[in-house]
Amino acid sequence: MSERLSVRKTYKLYIGGAFPRSESGRSYVVNDAKGRFLANASQASRKDVRDAVVAARKAFGGWSSRTPYNRGQILYRVAEMLEGRRTQFVDELRAGGAAKTAASAEVDAAIDRWVWYAGWADKIGAVAGNANPVAGPFFNLSTPEPSGVVGIVAPDSALLGLVSVVAPAIVTGNTAVVVASEPAPLPAITLAEVLATSDLPGGVVNLLTGRRAELAPWLASHMDVNAIDLAGVSEEAVTDLEKAAADNLKRVLRPGIGDWSAEPGTDRMTAFLETKTVWHPVGV
Amino acid sequence: MDEKLFEYAPAPESRSVVDIKPAYGLFIDGEWVDGSGEDRNKTIDPSNEEPLAEIAVATAEDVDRAVAAARRAHEKVWGPMPGRERAKYLYRIARIIQERSRELAVLESIDNGKPIRESRDVDVPLVAAHFFYYAGWADKLGHAGFGANPRSLGVAGQVIPWNFPLMMLAWKIAPALATGNTVVLKPAETTPLTALLFAEICQQAELPNGVVNIVTGAGGTGRLLVGHDGIDKVAFTGSTEVGKEIARAVAGTRKRLTLELGGKAANIVFDDAPLDQAVEGIVNAIFFNQGHVCCAGSRLLVQESVAGELLDRLKRRMATLRVGDPLDKNTDIGAINSGEQLAKIRELADSGEDEGAERWSPPCELPQRGFWFAPTVFTGVAQSHRIAREEIFGPVLSVLTFRTPDEAIEKANNTPYGLSAGVWTEKGSRILWAAERLRAGVVWANTFNKFDPASPFGGYKESGFGREGGRHGLEAYLDV
Repeated sequence: MSERLSVRKTYKLYIGGAFPRSESGRSYVVNDAKGRFLANASQASRKDVRDAVVAARKAFGGWSSRTPYNRGQILYRVAEMLEGRRTQFVDELRAGGAAKTAASAEVDAAIDRWVWYAGWADKIGAVAGNANPVAGPFFNLSTPEPSGVVGIVAPDSALLGLVSVVAPAIVTGNTAVVVASEPAPLPAITLAEVLATSDLPGGVVNLLTGRRAELAPWLASHMDVNAIDLAGVSEEAVTDLEKAAADNLKRVLRPGIGDWSAEPGTDRMTAFLETKTVWHPVGV
Repeated sequence: MDEKLFEYAPAPESRSVVDIKPAYGLFIDGEWVDGSGEDRNKTIDPSNEEPLAEIAVATAEDVDRAVAAARRAHEKVWGPMPGRERAKYLYRIARIIQERSRELAVLESIDNGKPIRESRDVDVPLVAAHFFYYAGWADKLGHAGFGANPRSLGVAGQVIPWNFPLMMLAWKIAPALATGNTVVLKPAETTPLTALLFAEICQQAELPNGVVNIVTGAGGTGRLLVGHDGIDKVAFTGSTEVGKEIARAVAGTRKRLTLELGGKAANIVFDDAPLDQAVEGIVNAIFFNQGHVCCAGSRLLVQESVAGELLDRLKRRMATLRVGDPLDKNTDIGAINSGEQLAKIRELADSGEDEGAERWSPPCELPQRGFWFAPTVFTGVAQSHRIAREEIFGPVLSVLTFRTPDEAIEKANNTPYGLSAGVWTEKGSRILWAAERLRAGVVWANTFNKFDPASPFGGYKESGFGREGGRHGLEAYLDV
């Protein structure tokens, strides 16, 4: 019997809950660690960035007004789906050059990280909010709220790094436009398949593959993006992106040291939260 | 009803309590030094255009010296000092401000033009309270939720505006010092006098040299400070335009940045609101401090069914506002801070008329000299009008109407700003519904323009980022 010919997957973008190709019709070759052809990834364009921002903005109202408990359950569901695709992620990381044990460990860590963030949905308000004891007859309460649409330039850590930047942005109610790792974009699209089957509303996470240097400036300068995470941006590109982000005073999270295996704190969540303070007089 | 109910005899506060020197230098490393440049600014009394004093314009060399002094103080004295000792210095400062409150209030009103009633009852008490509040945090930082042992950032460069000169100084300096940072602060060029008096208060409190440095000057000096390599943190309050310039200037550096910028707040009155209370709130929202308030309720959104009744009552109330001598205790609306600002207000108010809105001011006699603008309300304003979109920063109210609550929220949020908002209704669930949907950092429900050191203040979107006040205000000055 002849060996069965495998059915390959077409790697596309993930925008507004759908999987379109780049409107530009472009793609780029992704090779494995040994230089052998793996797949053609979509090479997203400026127009794709803008479409993704529109989708993210459209999803923001609904997602941010879900109850935190509901968001927590949906994120937990994402972790369940990740677990179900464990083997596929391990294979993809191995194809990218990771040893078997390392690939396994990264997938485990990514799933556990997602579970960790899922639990924050209905707790961050208690930690980042405050009842303020003002000197007068007023009820005075500060609560954290999502900043809005967050642009994320994901790091090269193809799965653990990606999960570590996406989960904290959306768990609090933001929606995101994510530029995946340029050399290792395939796990990002597989993650999109997980998100698409986890009750996460379309548009909450939009994933683009392509050239960082081409896409990041459009994301940084877009006037309907409220914040930007520069996690995957090289040191020399930071200055120009920060300058572009100043056009509408985006909240900017600068690149850190990039050790994605370290225990995260609440920083990646609070970076994309606003504090709203409500006053009301007290009286009869 | 159109005529004033009462004629009041003038009741001016005495100027004798203040001692304004003919000229001021810079306050660097605990002492007064002459600026290295020749350039001087004059600060004037905006109520009569009389010059008050000559003020040094700090040069690059002066800013260098101030930053170096702040760095030394941070490394050698203030940084290593136990929090409980820093706390005691801040408590001392709070007490001296209370002791010298009359002097500070009169000086603030002379230099800024704001009514003595406000500088005496709002600004100066809040300044003392702010130092008192943050003094107590200095030895409790490990309990603030930013880790067990949060560290200071280092040297903070702070640039503040002219609308609440001393209060903005307190909002900047108190949390910075409580968290172990040292500061170089630049007051606004039209209102430097209370900051310079504050330097004297630091001396009376025996604050170690270099912990607080005051450099005066205009935008050029501010740029030198913000762009200086020796600072770790930039904190700015002022216009959105300058805020963006600063954000670009710190791009690519490791400097931390917080910005408290402009606003175009919606003040929403629903049909079930207590109208007389709402009218008081509307007046306070837009005419407090001549409308020189970034969080001013400058867009009144009133439900169509009560718009006529509300506007009648508002106009009657506006007719009783007393405009004039800032030092008169009966004055409600003082002088516009500068000729430049007055020109800006006039230009925008004229655009309101040109674009088709209807302008109304009560009959009111304005003094001949100085900078004055009568309280003004525009009706028939469309969202596209400049007076509905741009920050006027003056006593000018734009009135728009709405039919449904959803429309009110839609219009309120239709702005690049997001600093504050107001809601007037008797229905509790509607307040909370609206408060949830308003994209603004402060929501005042059935009240407006309330401030407290324990309460975080700051904006969404292009009104800036970071919070001042409360536990949240510590974060801006800690390495977290």
